[in-house]
Amino acid sequence: MPAVSKGDGMRGLAVFISDIRNCKSKEAEIKRINKELANIRSKFKGDKALDGYSKKKYVCKLLFIFLLGHDIDFGHMEAVNLLSSNKYTEKQIGYLFISVLVNSNSDLIRLINNAIKNDLASRNPTFMNLALHCIANVGSREMAEAFASEIPSILVAGDTMDSVKQSAALCLLRLNRTSTDLVPMGEWTARVVHLLNDQHLGVVTAAASLITTLAQKSPDDFKTSISLAVARLSRIVTSASIDLQDYTYYFVAAPWLSVKLLRLLQCYPPPEDAAIRSRLTECLETILNKAQEPPKSKKVQHSNAKNAVLFEAITLIIHHDSEPTLLVRACNQLGQFLQHRETNLRYLALESMCTLASSEFSHETVKTHIETVINALKTERDVSVRQRAVDLLYAMCDRSNAKQIVAEMLSYLETADYSIREEIVLKVAILAEKYAVDYTWYVDTILNLIRIAGDYVSEEVWYRVIQIVINRDDVQGYAAKTVFEALQAPACHENLVKVGGYILGEFGNLIAGDSRSSPLVQFNLLHSKFHLCSVPTRALLLSAYIKFINLFPEVKTTIQDVLRSDSQLRNADVELQQRAVEYLRLSCIASTDILATVLEEMPPFPERESSILAKLKRKKGPGNLPDIDDARRHVNGSTEHSEITEHTKKGSTHPFDDPLNLSSTPSTGASLLVDVFSDSTTLAPVDVSEENFPRFVCKNNGVIFENQLLQIGLKSEYRQNLGRMYVFFGNKTSTQFLSFSASLNVHAKTVEPIIEGGAQVQQILNIECISDFTDAPLLSIQFRYGGALQNIAVKLPVMLNKFFQPTEMTSQDFFQRWKQLGIPQQEVQKIFKAKHPMDTEVAKAKILGFGVALLDGVDPNPANFVGAGVIHTKNTQVGCLLRLEPNTQAQMYRLTLRTSRDSVSQRLCDLLSEQF
Amino acid sequence: MIKAILIFNNHGKPRLSKFYEHYSEDTEQQIIRETFHLVSKRDENVCNFLEGGMLIGGSDYKLIYRHYATLYFVFCVDSSESELGILDLIQVFVETLDKCFENVCELDLIFHVDKVHNILAEMVMGGMVLETNMNEIISQVDAQNKMEKSETFIFQSTRQDR
Repeated sequence: MPAVSKGDGMRGLAVFISDIRNCKSKEAEIKRINKELANIRSKFKGDKALDGYSKKKYVCKLLFIFLLGHDIDFGHMEAVNLLSSNKYTEKQIGYLFISVLVNSNSDLIRLINNAIKNDLASRNPTFMNLALHCIANVGSREMAEAFASEIPSILVAGDTMDSVKQSAALCLLRLNRTSTDLVPMGEWTARVVHLLNDQHLGVVTAAASLITTLAQKSPDDFKTSISLAVARLSRIVTSASIDLQDYTYYFVAAPWLSVKLLRLLQCYPPPEDAAIRSRLTECLETILNKAQEPPKSKKVQHSNAKNAVLFEAITLIIHHDSEPTLLVRACNQLGQFLQHRETNLRYLALESMCTLASSEFSHETVKTHIETVINALKTERDVSVRQRAVDLLYAMCDRSNAKQIVAEMLSYLETADYSIREEIVLKVAILAEKYAVDYTWYVDTILNLIRIAGDYVSEEVWYRVIQIVINRDDVQGYAAKTVFEALQAPACHENLVKVGGYILGEFGNLIAGDSRSSPLVQFNLLHSKFHLCSVPTRALLLSAYIKFINLFPEVKTTIQDVLRSDSQLRNADVELQQRAVEYLRLSCIASTDILATVLEEMPPFPERESSILAKLKRKKGPGNLPDIDDARRHVNGSTEHSEITEHTKKGSTHPFDDPLNLSSTPSTGASLLVDVFSDSTTLAPVDVSEENFPRFVCKNNGVIFENQLLQIGLKSEYRQNLGRMYVFFGNKTSTQFLSFSASLNVHAKTVEPIIEGGAQVQQILNIECISDFTDAPLLSIQFRYGGALQNIAVKLPVMLNKFFQPTEMTSQDFFQRWKQLGIPQQEVQKIFKAKHPMDTEVAKAKILGFGVALLDGVDPNPANFVGAGVIHTKNTQVGCLLRLEPNTQAQMYRLTLRTSRDSVSQRLCDLLSEQF
Repeated sequence: MIKAILIFNNHGKPRLSKFYEHYSEDTEQQIIRETFHLVSKRDENVCNFLEGGMLIGGSDYKLIYRHYATLYFVFCVDSSESELGILDLIQVFVETLDKCFENVCELDLIFHVDKVHNILAEMVMGGMVLETNMNEIISQVDAQNKMEKSETFIFQSTRQDR
């Protein structure tokens, strides 16, 4: 008998669905749906009380309409009423509606919670399960608050039915994921571990999932689970299929549970106890052995289930990374899979081998498969698999095979899918640099990269090649020769022109001896590309020209003629025009000596982590742990000496065009980029002054710190994601401050080391907002006054809202966007007491100072304030809407912020709410 | 964790969507469209795994799918799930539907959305796998149907009374 008989459906529902399916056009469908919605609405609103059956029917219709992609904004109340029905079918449909169409309306949540509470207390396992399902599916904070303490007791109670235990375990797991802080640890944890011994394999499976998650967070509390898990696994794997109830799936004993247990063991290092350890090794060997046995069924399900366990076992072996024999066996097994006819297995084998490649025991074995992997790159039909092959080649690369792998990746790049080209470019660039024995190979590789996939070569890549060429004088001549040759091609990528312009400008003299690349030939070659290039590249070329004037006095007049032409001197672009004017002037009035000093060869770049590597890391995300809340927050601040001589500063007046001063490349030593937040250990142990910090949320200038000796004033200006801050240090005494330094953590880039009594010195900080952040940078100041060393730390008022650009919008736009940002995490609301007199004009000024645009006539209540703006960071822009509702009677405010990013909403709300 | 379970037909019409993480209604529809776009352009006989679309979280998430006749079954999961395990789970789901509906077809999913949801709820809960044993699942579903039958009976008699 079928479990669902087809005849007993609801007729009205079937008719409606058939109508929809018969609709010939989208319009007809919408019309029919609207008619039905109106019908249901009137039924719900009508005087006649609906019976359970009708309610159920209408709720089903709403569900169907929702599935088709239409908004449902009513019916929630009826669904909640169904929850308290004592008929199973009505209750069930009510819960279904709630979990599909959950609404963060808090009144409703309270009613739902009430119904859940009753069902949990009902001792009816079916009802309890429905309630637990609902909690797990919705998983909201309110629910966690209401039930997190109750569920553990249901889970471990002796008289709880198996099916309820299963649900309770997963429900707790879900709450632990969404609101960890609310799930109390306690004496129940020990009893949960013992569920691994439960008779019912479904309960064991659910418990294993729960324990895995809990053990990731607090491994010590669940250490006892290791021995239980190994014992259970051993019974499944090694014994014949007894006591497995129905959990044998296509001749494989409890595959799902085996996978879960193996996952759980991955939370821990290899067991310390020798007996347990050897028992586990025995299990793993058995699993590996079984892979070699002939299959018990030809069905794909059989091999899937068997291999699911096998892959998990291999992952555990890799994770333990302690048994060389097992590792080598695992590697050989994966090697077999690399050539398997099942695409899925090839995919997974490539993926697992990637992690295996990093183990010292198996790295060499992995390398033996290089030909197979390269072959996969060439012949696999599926882009997902090819992508894994690229990853594996990257992982198995070392000095011995780098040339081969880089060559293969380059040739694959010519035909690679567009979606993965940028990643391959980064990988090639990194490998070429990391394993370069001679740098001529490196230069060739990068130029090839630009030739093959110029569009996918990001700035980091070509900055890096320039950094390396500048730092290594053994490769400079070769680089100049190679770019010169590459530029001969009639059509070359703009990135090549950039690299070429830069390198010839610096090192063109190294090849000028050859008449085929004489100065004039070089210049003409570069200039032939000039008109095809974008403004930033042209600006770079102009800089190369002025460098030529220094390198080759014989082409001075030719270049001056070019600079003097109308297309340069009167160029519509102000940047180009300015460069042309300045360079021309410089070449006319400066003596050869001065020219030689101003246009000296670039000094070497300090060694630091490759910016390309950083980029790849960013691209690949924070790693594979899904639970880690990775909010990378950092701001790059560059401190600049206040007395930089004009010529060394030239680059920094054009920060958008020149690689000299962009990214993490300190160029002249005059500007030094400091990663303000990267190194939190160096915070000075002195008290941090932040009392004036909040005053700067809505304004940019003022005094941030003052004591008897020193006054620190700030002036700052911000535009989009960039900012500049002038810091003024005033000596209030009549004595000198000696050895004065003000630094953003480690780097003591000094201000004027002596401040005369009564005098003031200035420091300029350049700020760039990379992504959203919470912490502000610390400025630590040290100086000697009299004999005593003074230590001061000041929290600089660089806050997220400084990077606001106000946005004007109409009322309609505002509400549309407000609605779009409707996910609960996107909204942050705070209700707080007014700390200052509630004055409309002051409030307005504060909101404007906060950085958003004040929107008039949007809110129906004129007393409310509504604002909109966009936060600019280097990586993204975050739109932000805010609403401030004053209640003068209660002397309270309610502040609501909605942005597309929860961390931003929270931070902005915290900042602004302190201001009223 | 399973982030979403989607069933749509060869034309991209959704037949079931179950999200275990909250998205706005619009985003849910966009995710369904994006997923359909990603999955439907793939050949038959390629592998059953691919990286998730941008909306669902990019390369930290995998789409694991099977294509049966007119329907695509897609599970979107994070790295804590075994790929082959999920593939098995899809198979168990389909076999269960097949037993419950006797030769399940697309129409069954259309006309019995609630039943499909209930069957799924016996297997996956809050994004975690609850039960993989088909007999256990079916016996739960049977029990529900019995309760439903008995209530329908009471129901209809009372309705006739009125």
